Amino acid sequence: MDILTPWLRSYLPELSVTDAQLAEDLTLRGIAVEGTFPLEGALTGTRYEMDITTNRVDAMNHYGVAREAAAIYNVALATISQTEPIAETASGDSYPVTIEASDLCGRFTARVIRGVTVKPSTGLIADYFAALGQKPISGPVDVTNFGWLAMGQPTHVFDLDTLEGGIIVRRAKAGEKLRLLDGSEHILVTDDLVVADQKKALALAGVMGGWDSRVSETTKNILVEAAWFDPAAIRASSRRHGLHTDASHRFERGADFNAAPLANNLVTRIVVEQTGGHVAGPMTDIIIPAIAGKTADRPAIALHVAEVQRHLGTTADGIGISEQIVAQYLTALGCTLTQTAPGAYAVKLPSWRLDLEREIDLIEEVARVYGYNKFANTLPSFTGTVIELPHATQEAAIRTTLRGLGYSEAISSTFCSAEEAAAFTTAPAVALGNPLSAEAGMLRPALTPGMATMLAHNLHRDVSTVRLFELGTVFTGSTASVAEHTGLSLGLTGNANATALYKAEDSLFYELKGALETLLAKFTGTHTLDANDLPTWIAPGRGARILLDGTPVAVFGELAPAELQRRKLRQPVAMAEVHAATLLAHPLRQPASRDLSRFQAVERDFSFVFPDAVRWQAIDAAIRTLAIPELQSIAPVEIFRDAKGKSIAAGSYSLLTRVVFQSPERTLSDEDLTTSSARITAALTALGGVQRA
Amino acid sequence: MLNIPQLTDFSEASLDAAFAQVQAEAKIAVAGEAFNIEGFRLEWLGRKQGRLKIISDTWLKTAPPEAKKLIGQRFNALKEAIESELAGRESFLKEFKQGLETPGSPFVPQLDITLPGTAQRLGVEHPLVRTMAEIVSVFQRMGYSVGLGPEVETDFYNFEALNFPPNHPARDTQDTLVVADQDSKPLRERLLMRTHTSPVQIRSMLEHDPPLRLVIPGKVHRNDAADATHSPVFHQVEGLCVGPDITFSDLKGTLDHAMKAFFGSAVKTRFFPSFFPFTEPSADVQISCIFCGGKGCRKCKHSGWIELLGCGMVDPAVFESVNQRRIELGRDPVYDTRRIAGFAFGMGVDRIAMMKYGISDIGLLYSGDMRFLEQFA
Ligand SMILES: [Zn+2]
Repeated sequence: MDILTPWLRSYLPELSVTDAQLAEDLTLRGIAVEGTFPLEGALTGTRYEMDITTNRVDAMNHYGVAREAAAIYNVALATISQTEPIAETASGDSYPVTIEASDLCGRFTARVIRGVTVKPSTGLIADYFAALGQKPISGPVDVTNFGWLAMGQPTHVFDLDTLEGGIIVRRAKAGEKLRLLDGSEHILVTDDLVVADQKKALALAGVMGGWDSRVSETTKNILVEAAWFDPAAIRASSRRHGLHTDASHRFERGADFNAAPLANNLVTRIVVEQTGGHVAGPMTDIIIPAIAGKTADRPAIALHVAEVQRHLGTTADGIGISEQIVAQYLTALGCTLTQTAPGAYAVKLPSWRLDLEREIDLIEEVARVYGYNKFANTLPSFTGTVIELPHATQEAAIRTTLRGLGYSEAISSTFCSAEEAAAFTTAPAVALGNPLSAEAGMLRPALTPGMATMLAHNLHRDVSTVRLFELGTVFTGSTASVAEHTGLSLGLTGNANATALYKAEDSLFYELKGALETLLAKFTGTHTLDANDLPTWIAPGRGARILLDGTPVAVFGELAPAELQRRKLRQPVAMAEVHAATLLAHPLRQPASRDLSRFQAVERDFSFVFPDAVRWQAIDAAIRTLAIPELQSIAPVEIFRDAKGKSIAAGSYSLLTRVVFQSPERTLSDEDLTTSSARITAALTALGGVQRA
Repeated sequence: MLNIPQLTDFSEASLDAAFAQVQAEAKIAVAGEAFNIEGFRLEWLGRKQGRLKIISDTWLKTAPPEAKKLIGQRFNALKEAIESELAGRESFLKEFKQGLETPGSPFVPQLDITLPGTAQRLGVEHPLVRTMAEIVSVFQRMGYSVGLGPEVETDFYNFEALNFPPNHPARDTQDTLVVADQDSKPLRERLLMRTHTSPVQIRSMLEHDPPLRLVIPGKVHRNDAADATHSPVFHQVEGLCVGPDITFSDLKGTLDHAMKAFFGSAVKTRFFPSFFPFTEPSADVQISCIFCGGKGCRKCKHSGWIELLGCGMVDPAVFESVNQRRIELGRDPVYDTRRIAGFAFGMGVDRIAMMKYGISDIGLLYSGDMRFLEQFA
């Protein structure tokens, strides 16, 4: 919406500040001037581009902005209708109006002007419209638009001679047809409110006038209408028929109940001046008291100056908000204050400020007009306690550990497709009612679908080495009851290097397993491994599950070939889905120091050939079962298989195992070491191993 | 113990063999790791106690006169040979020492120090996680507790208790993502993706009595098609401070202080009237442009100011909702609008991160793109 300062100033004869200062002062009071443009042509001054929040629909017009300026600067505000009300001087009968839908139409004014000659607009209206870029239509119609821009009250002019037997404001009949001013045809429903005559619907009330009753160049007699319609009914009609007009915009947000007669006067006066017509009879003004009571005649609200001061606090000048300032500002905004006790008032609210309902609304008005930036910056004193988040340190430990392992944190979509939900978890997924797309139809029941998407995003952009994790919410349950828990996913691809222990093509799995083991080692509890009933996204034989104190905490492995193909991925990808909530339920491992041995540690290597069926877990267990007190660690160092079966038979592998011995009390003797080594050799032989020379 | 080779006779052959043995010993000593020039000279060539002197004296003592000349000649030759060995060794050591400091010297294998170091790539903190943590820590230092809440909320917590009227446009499915199959439930129980972190204000006030200071970080969702500045997923940090003496000037002071702590002490704030259903008075807060210091630049659209926060005094209707719900839950309705007041504020983490790091497309934050993330290493 645009405002012209010469028009604005016509209501503010005492105003002396510059247009630029006015723009800034209005903006700081919430009547935001977004842009200022100097006027050219017949007018001098500035055009303001305004951005006014929808709760201040009363200020979306020249007079409304002028009222704000009058309050800010404490200057006089001219009345909107600058001549005597016309109705009092007119003779004849008033035009017949019946409000049938008295729950939806609170007020209806109508006045007949006869003997008009319709001509294009000239003078001030033409100049204002030119400066605003408002398209002139015809004299009387332009006057209604002038009234709208001046005071924000929609009015309408009918060609009186097209009307048959008085106005009825009623609900539309089902299937009733109406052609509107823009030429569009509409089939109405019984929830639509229409302004009709005895025979037919004339206009879609509060939205747009009708084609057949419009004022044209040949119009001789005019009926001027200004009314108040129910916001919800107008909003519904406007949406139903896809018509967003200036009128519907205002009525939807609540028009000024008392503006209808003023606007009718304003429009009538100018139309008479402009067209040479004459007023025929007094203005009809039908009021529905029940609606007046909810709008213009709302009961006064109690205001305590002490409450204003308690909420607003200290001003920068140290004086504070005085009772005098409270009364001055509220009066300037149109309130009527009646003192009820020292520091207490009954405040009658202006009919145009339906947004004001409570004491706090008045407190806000005082703060706003005073100027927010004239309040001091103070800091509250505080005596409460700080509430600790239960899992903050654990979550931080997860993040720092994974970053240290080279995994970057990522955030993926909260949503996934139903197919992905089913492919990545057996947990029930919850559907959205209005998804952005089918691909985002479900609340993610796991983080791996998003992780797979992010890995693919990188690979499709030739970023071949990726290490990512995501810590986020996972949703399961049903549309009746959604359960949320914290999940964690890891994803990796590329940079798969062979080591003495692992082949390049197996290294992703072991790198991921190592990351998970490092992560789990941060938490208390013991973890074990199984590979039963793994999800189908994991390639067969190339994944595992980790249990923490017997509870499943993670599944991980290489992405199954079918999933790779579906995503057109040409290199292996590994992922883990961690039930982070289970992990977070475990405290972090508390570091504890122990004395370091002063005596030398001794390494002994054992080189054995084992059948493939003998797994590392069995070898590790066989050595630990010996309970050698000086045993410090056992680690596989090198694995060798011979594809040709020459040096190592097919179905077997050679394993170099390194064991470290150390005593806290003494230097280990050759005899100690020989005895322990012999026991280990015997144990490994018993497992089916053959010692290599 | 000095080893003096025994001479079986004084024939030239015997002498040659004996001298060769001494020379070999000397050569080993010169090449040895323990070699030291002064020590060697003293031990081998000393005029009175040197090895050569002792050996020659021993042999000359028993030699027949005709052999003395042969021995003398061979001693001179041996001495020369040892001296030359010594000189060679000396110059080698000198060159070696110089070589350590001389580029291209054959003595030390030179590293190509310009080759890249072995990559030890650390994972990167996500810019949103980092920004959110930074904001939260500013308020934690001011005595704020951290509050969290669910991402799927009921209409009650997301709208009703926050004073959104029943027909408020924010409730429309064009704005809010809703869980399927909710129509049969009463409005307040319908499930939706929370559109802001404000429901946590309500949950916190139900659980805790005033005074209260909370900072609430979290993920929120709206029914926005993705483009450079919109994402259906985004992040907010919200704050709530409630107590007996909390005022509008406290709100101003708190946010002014927090913005200075976050962006630097030169940053200024200014407050504009605004409108939110759950605060009154409500304000939008601008900070002086962190790029140009307020002079005006492209980033602040030449205004010198950047809009950053929404805030306001907690609307009494919110306290009333909380009290009513507390009564339903069997708790004391301690949020008495005549005795307490509070303020709340909220900011978009994505927007702040995008501004701070110059990120042009919000979608990058949710892509997992390594090229994007590694810029924040
Ligand atoms: Zn700037």
